[in-house]
Amino acid sequence: MQTEMSKQSGQSFYGMAAIGGLISLLGVAGAFYMEHHGHQVSGMNNQTFWGLPHVFAIFLIVAASGVLNVASIGTVFGKKVYKPRGPLSGLLAITFLAAGLFVIMLDLGRADRLIIAMTHVNWTSVFGWNMVLYPVFFGLVGLYVWLLMERRMYAYAKTAGVAAFIWRLVMTTGTGSIFGFVVARQAYNSAVIAPMFIIMSFAWGLAAFLIFQRLMFGWNNTELHPQVRERLNNLLGTFIAAVFYFVVVYHLTNIYFAKQTGFEQFILLNGGIFPKLFWGGYLVLGTIIPMLLLYVPSFQRIQGAGIIASVLTIIGGLCFLYVFIIGGQAYPLDMFPGMELKSTFFDGHIDNYVPSTPEILLSIGGFGVAFTLTLIVTRVLPFVPQDDVAKLQASGALHD
Amino acid sequence: MKEPQDLIDNKSRRNFVGTAAIAGAGLGTLALAPGLQLIQVSEANTPSAGASSKVRWGMLIDTTKCASGCDACVKACATENGINETVKDPRQGSQWIRKIDLKNPKTGQEHSLPMLCQHCEHPPCVDVCPTGASMKRADGIVLVDRHICIGCRYCMLACPYKARSLVHQPLTAQNPEVPRGQGCVEACTFCVQRVDKGMLPACVESCPEGAMLFGDLNDPNSEIAQRVAKEKTTQVRGDLNLNLGVRYQGI
Repeated sequence: MQTEMSKQSGQSFYGMAAIGGLISLLGVAGAFYMEHHGHQVSGMNNQTFWGLPHVFAIFLIVAASGVLNVASIGTVFGKKVYKPRGPLSGLLAITFLAAGLFVIMLDLGRADRLIIAMTHVNWTSVFGWNMVLYPVFFGLVGLYVWLLMERRMYAYAKTAGVAAFIWRLVMTTGTGSIFGFVVARQAYNSAVIAPMFIIMSFAWGLAAFLIFQRLMFGWNNTELHPQVRERLNNLLGTFIAAVFYFVVVYHLTNIYFAKQTGFEQFILLNGGIFPKLFWGGYLVLGTIIPMLLLYVPSFQRIQGAGIIASVLTIIGGLCFLYVFIIGGQAYPLDMFPGMELKSTFFDGHIDNYVPSTPEILLSIGGFGVAFTLTLIVTRVLPFVPQDDVAKLQASGALHD
Repeated sequence: MKEPQDLIDNKSRRNFVGTAAIAGAGLGTLALAPGLQLIQVSEANTPSAGASSKVRWGMLIDTTKCASGCDACVKACATENGINETVKDPRQGSQWIRKIDLKNPKTGQEHSLPMLCQHCEHPPCVDVCPTGASMKRADGIVLVDRHICIGCRYCMLACPYKARSLVHQPLTAQNPEVPRGQGCVEACTFCVQRVDKGMLPACVESCPEGAMLFGDLNDPNSEIAQRVAKEKTTQVRGDLNLNLGVRYQGI
């Protein structure tokens, strides 16, 4: 089965590139508008200062490390079904991280000072660590992908794969610790957040991989072998279940601590949009329905069940992050436990954050960047997974 | 043997080089002079000694004297620090100091107090700042370097006191001694520009009830150190062990 994007009709490529490019450009326009007028044109304020762009950026950064898992399972853990998927997995890791950084950097109050962020590193800051974690991730994964694709260098791919695998775990620990180390707020300050982010990266990354893989196979008029598809779907289901476990532990821990129960009631029961997004978005759409689609035979028979499950997993992930990041700020700081607070700075008030158009454009623009970059690279280089199912079946590796 | 013409040429070349050197030195002096003058001006404005680690500036706020509805300290802060911009959404405005009214729903007891940067000994904002723009001076004053703040707002997430604000709009008519900037995070500086001149922070000076006391917590002879040693004071979120520079009485 030969599947090359370059054999695709130019028309469909340019059409999709134009759509992706336009979404990316709208993102840049939104960021430029905010940069020019200040964050007063955003829905963010001095209580909810991390808004929708942070939800999308953190999603993309977490998914970037998770999408590399597919390559790691092939190279590090030697599963043959995953090996042809290594290069695409590595490419998506790079483009997703680039897209996440695109969003978070352009949302800075002083985006023009990016060079300062790279040259003045404070080593006590988790953000500061990220200034090292991200560039090294780009370098390691780039090297890894090259070793996977250059036959003469393939012998070194495993070493690079192990290094990239370890680095991606460290990187997502860093992303989770951005919140885990924050002592000031009820929503954060928990050791479970870093491992929860790691397992979330597994699920979100694999979901993103399956969608891109489906798109590429569609462009090439080919189909994924049902047995390969079943295996990948099974893995996605396992990851979704593991994420659910961590989310339950995270919330149970908070509910158990008396001082956190007010916050938990807020995001799970009476916090307006937040309980709706948690129960409806994360739990029903992002967890229960995907599990039904992946494991219940009558649902499995729905055409594209795995892809629908992947899309829903991503929607559920974004809902979870919205509740986690924005809900965590909307709930007021508990500076004086047991007291009612009132001030001109809205102490004691629940903030009602509503994202503005420029923020929405910048956020969606991140997805546009990831899509467009991936599309262009797969057009010029052979990244589409090519399965030799007969050989896999003969060697018994299909079920290995 | 050199030809006369060569000698003339050599002589004129030497003259040219000499003249050029003098002219260059003159032009260089002219070019450097304003810069040198600026350095002199800058040196004249710089205190001879920097902040001393022997000093720990602190504030004691007696909430029993602080009247609800009085915001003299807030107004004085805004005037001193040039916080004069109008904002469409009040949640987006900068508040370096604000008045909080507290009520105990069980006892009905009420308090009013000013809340500002608590100038922690172990400030979480300084720990998390990726560029080091958030910093603590040797004398305990926590500041933001406007020139390297990238506006990431991580310090706002880390601050337990909601003491920091992002400047959400372009600014005009600033106080030259208190540089502020769109897209940067800012907070109370204890009026460092006044403290360095031996003056009190504007809020302390303006309080009509004398509820705010400023001084050196490290100096056992200072009034603030003696009162903190003898009287019961509270650190807000004392559970975090941040050893605050601002203490409250009466809550």
